[in-house]
Amino acid sequence: MIFSAYQTHIFILIFIYIILVVSLNLALGYTGLLNLGHVAFFGIGAYTSALLALEGLTYIAAMIAAGLFASVFGYLLVIATDRLRGDYLAMATLGFSFVVYSLLLNLRDVTRGAMGIPGIPKPTILDFTIRTNDQYLIFVLLVCAISVFIMYRIVNSPFGKLLEATRDNAVCLRVLGKNTLSLKYKAMMISAFFAGISGSLYAHYITFIDPTSFYISELILVLTIVIVGGLGSIKGSIVATALIIYIPEVLRMLDLPSSVLGPARQAIYAVILITILMIRPKGLFGKVDLE
Amino acid sequence: MILSCRDIHKSFGGIRAIDGCTFTVEKKRITAIIGPNGSGKTTMFNVISKLIKPDSGTIDFNGRDVTGLKDYELARLGISRTFQDVKLFQNLTIREHLQIAMSDSNEKLLSSIIKGKNRDSQNIQEVMDLVGLDKTFDTYATDLSYGQRKLLDLAIAIAKPHSLLMLDEPVAGVNPRLRSSIKEILRELNSRGESILLIEHDMNFVMDLVDHIFVMDAGRVIAEGAPQEIQNNPCVLEAYLGGSEEESECWK
Repeated sequence: MIFSAYQTHIFILIFIYIILVVSLNLALGYTGLLNLGHVAFFGIGAYTSALLALEGLTYIAAMIAAGLFASVFGYLLVIATDRLRGDYLAMATLGFSFVVYSLLLNLRDVTRGAMGIPGIPKPTILDFTIRTNDQYLIFVLLVCAISVFIMYRIVNSPFGKLLEATRDNAVCLRVLGKNTLSLKYKAMMISAFFAGISGSLYAHYITFIDPTSFYISELILVLTIVIVGGLGSIKGSIVATALIIYIPEVLRMLDLPSSVLGPARQAIYAVILITILMIRPKGLFGKVDLE
Repeated sequence: MILSCRDIHKSFGGIRAIDGCTFTVEKKRITAIIGPNGSGKTTMFNVISKLIKPDSGTIDFNGRDVTGLKDYELARLGISRTFQDVKLFQNLTIREHLQIAMSDSNEKLLSSIIKGKNRDSQNIQEVMDLVGLDKTFDTYATDLSYGQRKLLDLAIAIAKPHSLLMLDEPVAGVNPRLRSSIKEILRELNSRGESILLIEHDMNFVMDLVDHIFVMDAGRVIAEGAPQEIQNNPCVLEAYLGGSEEESECWK
């Protein structure tokens, strides 16, 4: 064992969040879709994967199904919000987050509501069951590397440049013969897919999920990381995820009571966000202005 | 004939921006639309390129009725245009702008990921040479001056596969040297057989360059002809210098 059990736990969370944050950056930073519904895709992925695995589906199939199911919701979200821009799109997608949260809470027959889903099995891949956190760390690192590599290839490909062009000037792109609506569908579906994958990794790691894991506070954390790292920068998202997940852990060394720990953590996120916005409005490595 | 607009109407609330506009653009010619401010020229450009849906009327392009098409579908059929206010992708480089313009469809996701970056520098260099934009390909659009942005905008419109080039005020706000070089670029394109439709306020530029002129006022074409005919047309003088619609012969 190279790391302590606690460090391993933090690293696993960091890799799961890297997938979630980079996938949000793909929609928000690269395509300019002010999507505040991203954490809902994370939740949909987690529940889909957990429920399918409990029904006996193999882990890899459940994980891919989680991504695909989240993608379907990504598609539906673009249909529903097609005519909205900027703040209005943000409000509508935020509404989507609340709707999904409500569904997770109230569809008790499927999701068990506020009681959550316990006993989610650890992943089994080709007869090998991941039991220890060290094994899970290697698995999550692998999935994270593959996911980030695919998203990196996407944003640096000619298709990725079309996504950036959609963000910068959709009208100009349409008169060049490009279907910007189709580009938005694809961007949102890819983004939702990877958010679903990260949800699946989260559910099978923690082995218990309930709707509060996918509430607005999670969204604020993910959004903060994207902005601190910089819109339109995968490198920024990775660095900022590591920093923002790791820094509040220092608080634990101070031996604070748990009632103080939670709010202190939120305060640290706020301080980091405000500092970055004042000193580097484009984030650590971003190239796109926040509008 | 490459483009034909028949009886186009478009109102914004109570304002009739286009009021029965009809004209035909011939192939391999440079055609201009002129007219006072607010006469509906840019609205007409937006109607032709489908950014605005007309209330009524039909548009034929290359012999095909394109009235019901979407903006990007029409662009793929071969209409390339620029805007009055230069529209670029501010976080993309010159190379990326021209690569996007040169590909005539949405990139396929999978092949795009597998192939990665596309580097057809030769075609890009040709377009850059044609418009005389002397900057490295990796320069961002935000790092260009207004004149250079105008040239890049023109380069994008030229690079996009097209059979009709529509330019909305190609020399607005540019210095005299750049104005004459844009004139030469358009002459060169026309000599290669290109059809060009442009809107311009600079009369010296228009009269010296184009083959045919349409004059618009209050949303309709009030006169058309060769530059010399237009210069002596009383309706045109009236549109620019003022006069009563009721008394004028031009409105009957």
